[in-house]
Amino acid sequence: MRFWRKVLAITWKDVLSEFRTREIIFSVLVFTLLVIVIFNFAFGGGQDTIQMVAPGMLWITFTFAGVLSLNRSFIIEKEEGCLEGLLVCPVSREIIYLGKMLASLLFMLSVEVVALPIFAILFNLDISFQLVVITLLTTVGFVTVGVLFSALAVNTRAREMVLPLLFLPIVVPLIIAAVESSGLALSGESWGEIASWLQIIGAFDVIFLVVSFWVFNYTIEE
Amino acid sequence: MNESIPLSSALEVWELTKTFGNNRALRGINLQVAYGDFLIIFGPNGAGKTTLLKILATIMKPSSGEVRIGGLDLKKDTEEIRQRIGVVSHQTFLYNNLTARENLEFYSRMYDVAEAGQRIHEVVNTVGMATRLNDRVGTLSRGMQQRFSIARALLHNPDIMFLDEPETGLDQEALPMLWQSLQNEGQGKRTIVMATHNLERGLELGNRLVILSGGKIVHEQTGADSDLSTLRKVYEETTKQ
Repeated sequence: MRFWRKVLAITWKDVLSEFRTREIIFSVLVFTLLVIVIFNFAFGGGQDTIQMVAPGMLWITFTFAGVLSLNRSFIIEKEEGCLEGLLVCPVSREIIYLGKMLASLLFMLSVEVVALPIFAILFNLDISFQLVVITLLTTVGFVTVGVLFSALAVNTRAREMVLPLLFLPIVVPLIIAAVESSGLALSGESWGEIASWLQIIGAFDVIFLVVSFWVFNYTIEE
Repeated sequence: MNESIPLSSALEVWELTKTFGNNRALRGINLQVAYGDFLIIFGPNGAGKTTLLKILATIMKPSSGEVRIGGLDLKKDTEEIRQRIGVVSHQTFLYNNLTARENLEFYSRMYDVAEAGQRIHEVVNTVGMATRLNDRVGTLSRGMQQRFSIARALLHNPDIMFLDEPETGLDQEALPMLWQSLQNEGQGKRTIVMATHNLERGLELGNRLVILSGGKIVHEQTGADSDLSTLRKVYEETTKQ
């Protein structure tokens, strides 16, 4: 109980701070919507073409939006001079990791909740429950890895550059699985057809959650 | 460990070293601080004051040596030590977009402070900032932020406080308030270890003084051992090399 109280205290602090500044959500949402609109003009042709490129467009957009959002997770702590304050608190590093992860998950889901319907309207596609599940699971995978690398990058000089360099190669399997499963979901395929890709996404989430939990202590400490 | 050192020491440091690549920031520091002591660490820039305090505050790991805080081993009992210490740095560790109250509530949860609301009122009264509790930290002056930072460090009623140049960036109006707050917290109530450049204030506040230079303790005395001019002379001589 105490564990989760502290996790939620970190999440609450990040959410409240973001609510006051709208620094992450606003910039990421603007970026996401701009990319979707640009893709809409670029591939505004027939429905067949859109059906083919839509999953790729969706996940390129969410991936780079994710990088933007996750980059800020620990940079804000560093810029405000609060990272050391957080580190001297008598809490395990797993608490800090989970608190930050939940906050990043909320930020990314908030952007996706707005972006996904706009994407569907502009490209004349249906949002199925399957697509919602794929988006949710993939986003969990993104933040699981992203928060870990955000903590690693924050102590480097070119921290804004380091995160995508570390993060993107690791999440390639996740992006491929998300694109493939989203393509099937947008084509109206059944759960059975999507299941194998969902298993890959689920396995990625579990493996990297365990690994991140395990190694976070080493990335955040000096 | 040396048998002559009493177990009741608030802080014991043995042969502490810290290296950054080829740079040896600390070269075998030995230090014992009794409960209730107000230890002042003087030293020029680059002497190793901040590195020493960061190690004692569990922010940084030593390269070698042993540190015991309240009888606990810094390497093994890190989380327990963190519960017993309060840290004030040049940085306030306060979030600019949250109010002072929200910041203190956040740290109360992190430190498991019982009856947090009441404790917050106690500590802000100690630093004389009760009227600004609902202001966003970013709108407060540096001096006010630093006083809230002291309140933050006192929230969980730590046995030992580490202060790293808490006067940094404060104006002439804010400095006396800071020194007054520290004087109130000293007087044997808790153990305080503070690094500062201000010889005059350090001499006034501390009952023990050390001078750090080139990563080593080059001089050690009690507060009553000398006046300001003598201390200044000793400081200049010992930090010249």
